[in-house]
Amino acid sequence: MGATAKLEVPCPVPPPELERVPLVANTRSLGWISDAVAGVAEGKTPKWWWPAFLISLVMMCLCFAMITYLMSTGVGVWGLGHPVMWGWAIVNFVWWIGIGHAGTLISAILFLLRQRWRTGVNRAAEAMTIFAVMCAGIFPVIHVGRIWLAWWLFPIPNANSIWPQFRSPLMWDVFAVSTYFTVSVLFWYMGLIPDLAVMRDRARTRLRKFGYGLFALGWTGSNRHWSHYEKAYLILAGLSTPLVLSVHSIVSLDFAVSQLPGWHTTIFPPYFVAGAIFSGFGMVLTLLIPIRKLCGLEDLITMRHVDLMCKVTLATGSIVGYAYAMEVFIAWYSGNPYERYAFWNRAFGPYWWSYWIMIACNVVIPQLFWFKKVRHHLVVVWIISILVNIGMWFERFVIVVTTLAREFLPANWGYYTPTWVDICTYLGTFGLFFTFFLLFLRFLPIIAIAEVKGVTPQADPHHPLGGAKKGGH
Amino acid sequence: MAEPAKPYGLLAEFETPADAMHAAERVRDAGFRRWDVFTPYPVHGMDKAMGLKNSVVGWFSFLGGVAGYTSGMLLIWWMNHYDYAIPVGGKPLFSPFSAFPPSYELTILFGAFGALFGMLFLNRLPRLHHPLLKHRRFALASHDRFFLVIETNDPKYRDTETRQLLESAGSRRIEMVED
Repeated sequence: MGATAKLEVPCPVPPPELERVPLVANTRSLGWISDAVAGVAEGKTPKWWWPAFLISLVMMCLCFAMITYLMSTGVGVWGLGHPVMWGWAIVNFVWWIGIGHAGTLISAILFLLRQRWRTGVNRAAEAMTIFAVMCAGIFPVIHVGRIWLAWWLFPIPNANSIWPQFRSPLMWDVFAVSTYFTVSVLFWYMGLIPDLAVMRDRARTRLRKFGYGLFALGWTGSNRHWSHYEKAYLILAGLSTPLVLSVHSIVSLDFAVSQLPGWHTTIFPPYFVAGAIFSGFGMVLTLLIPIRKLCGLEDLITMRHVDLMCKVTLATGSIVGYAYAMEVFIAWYSGNPYERYAFWNRAFGPYWWSYWIMIACNVVIPQLFWFKKVRHHLVVVWIISILVNIGMWFERFVIVVTTLAREFLPANWGYYTPTWVDICTYLGTFGLFFTFFLLFLRFLPIIAIAEVKGVTPQADPHHPLGGAKKGGH
Repeated sequence: MAEPAKPYGLLAEFETPADAMHAAERVRDAGFRRWDVFTPYPVHGMDKAMGLKNSVVGWFSFLGGVAGYTSGMLLIWWMNHYDYAIPVGGKPLFSPFSAFPPSYELTILFGAFGALFGMLFLNRLPRLHHPLLKHRRFALASHDRFFLVIETNDPKYRDTETRQLLESAGSRRIEMVED
C-alpha cells in the first residue's frame, strides 16, 4: 500500500433522466448561435413587425398627446381630488418600475448565483428594464402639477437659493430611480459591447459597419480585454444587486415613512421587492414566449428557461401572498383600530373588487405553476403571466387608493375614479414601451451571443466537444 | 505611398478552445510578452494559460464608490445644514440617516461608472483602428474561431522559430498580419 497508489474514485455515469437539459437545444455550434441571433436583426423585416410597430407608435403619440393636454390644462384633467391625491400616476409609476426589477434580477442576482440559464434571457430582460423605467419615470414628473418646475427635484441651484429637503423619501426616490436607470443602461451596454462587435464583423453595408463599429468601441475579443471585462461585469453585477433591492425598498418608503394606516408598516420594503420581481418575471414571460416563436429562437430560449422562470414566479408570488397574510395579521395583532379598519376596508369596503382581483391574480392563480403540465403549456403560461401583471397593477391600486380614500376622519372620506385622460396616458406608456422594444428587436442582438456561446459544452476547453483530449486537458 | 507595409504579428488560427489554450500555455512558457489570444467569448481558464494577473478594475470601482458616498454625504450636509438650513421640529440639521439613501445610490452610481470606465481605460478602448480588424479572416474571432497573435515587436520574436512554435502547437493556418 504505497502512498503513490492511485485511488480509483468510483464515478458512475448518471442515468439519462438525471442529466440536465442542455441550455442550448440540439447541440448547436458556436457559429449557429451568432447566425440565429444576429439573423433576427439582419434579415428582412418580418411581416408582423410593421403592424406591431405602427400600433405602438400611435399609442406612444397618444401618450404624448395626453401629457400635452395635462400640461396645458392642469392636473384637474385627471381623476385626482381630495382626499385621493395619488391616483393612477403613482400606481403606474410603481407598477412600471417593479416590472423593471426582473431584468436586473436576471442580469445581476442570477449572475452572482451562477445560474447559467440566465444568459438566454438576460439581454431582452435588461432591455425591458430600461424601457419600463423610462415609462415609470414619466409619471412622477408629470404628476407634480407644474411640470416646468420638476427640475427642482434635482439639487440644481435655482433663483430662490433653496435646496431640496433630503429628509423626504421623495428625494430618495429621485436618486434611486435615476441611479437605477443609469446603472441599468451601463450594465446593458457593457454586455452589448462584444455582441456589437459580432454585428460589426458580420455587417455587409457600410452604414451598418460604421454604426455597430462605433458602438463596439473597437472590441477585438482579446483575452487580455476579456479578463478586465469579466471582472468589471462581475463588479457591475455586485453593484446592481444592492441597487435593485434598494430601489423598490425606497419606492416602498414613499409610503411606509408616512403615518397613514395601511402604509406605515415595516414589511413594506421586502414585500415591495418580492412583488416587483414577481411582476417583472410576469412581464419577461409575456414578452419572451411570443418572441422565441416569432424570431425562431426556440433552441436558445428553451422550455427549460420557461420552466425555471415559472418557478421563480411561483416562489415570488408565494412570498407576496405571505406578505398579504402578514399585513392582515399585523393589522389585527397591533390592536390599532385605524390599522384594522384599513385592512377591513381593503377587502370589504367600496374597493373590494380590486382587492379580490389582486388576491386571485397574485396569490391563487400562480399556484398553478406547481404543476409541470402547466409550466410546459406555453399558452397557459402566457395567460398566467398576463394575469400576474394585472394582479400586480391592482396591488398598487389597492395600496395607493384604498388607504387615501378612507383615512382617519370619516368627514375626509371619498371615492376616486380615473378619467379618460388617466386611462389613455397609461395605455400610451405601453406604446412607448413597445415602440422601443420593437426597435431593439430589429437593431440589436436580443440574446447575449457571447455569453450563450460560453455556456455550451463545445465552448469548454475541458469538455470533449471543446477539443479536450481524454484524460485531462 | 510606396512604403512597404510593416508586419504587425503572426496570426495563428485554432478550431477549438482546447487547442487555443494549449498553444497559449506553450507561448507563455516560451516567455513571450507582446502576444494575445482572441476568442468569441471569455474562455474559462485562459487567463491562467496566458499567465495573466487578476484584473485591477476593482480599484477603479472602489474609488468611484468612495467618491460617490463622500460626495453624497457632503452634498446633503452642505445643502441642508450649511447653505440653506431647514430647521424642522428642533431636530439636528444634518441627519446621517436620511442622508444615507441618496449617498448609497451615489456610491453605486459612481462605482458602476468606475467599473465601466476603468475597464475601458485598462483595455485602451475605445480605439478606432486595429491592424487585426483589417484582416480578412479575423472577423471569425467573433464567430467561432480562436486566434493567437504574437507581435513582431516582441523581443523573443524570430521569423522562423516563432512560426514553428505555432505550427507545433497545432495551428493549421498561420498568416502574417500587416500593420
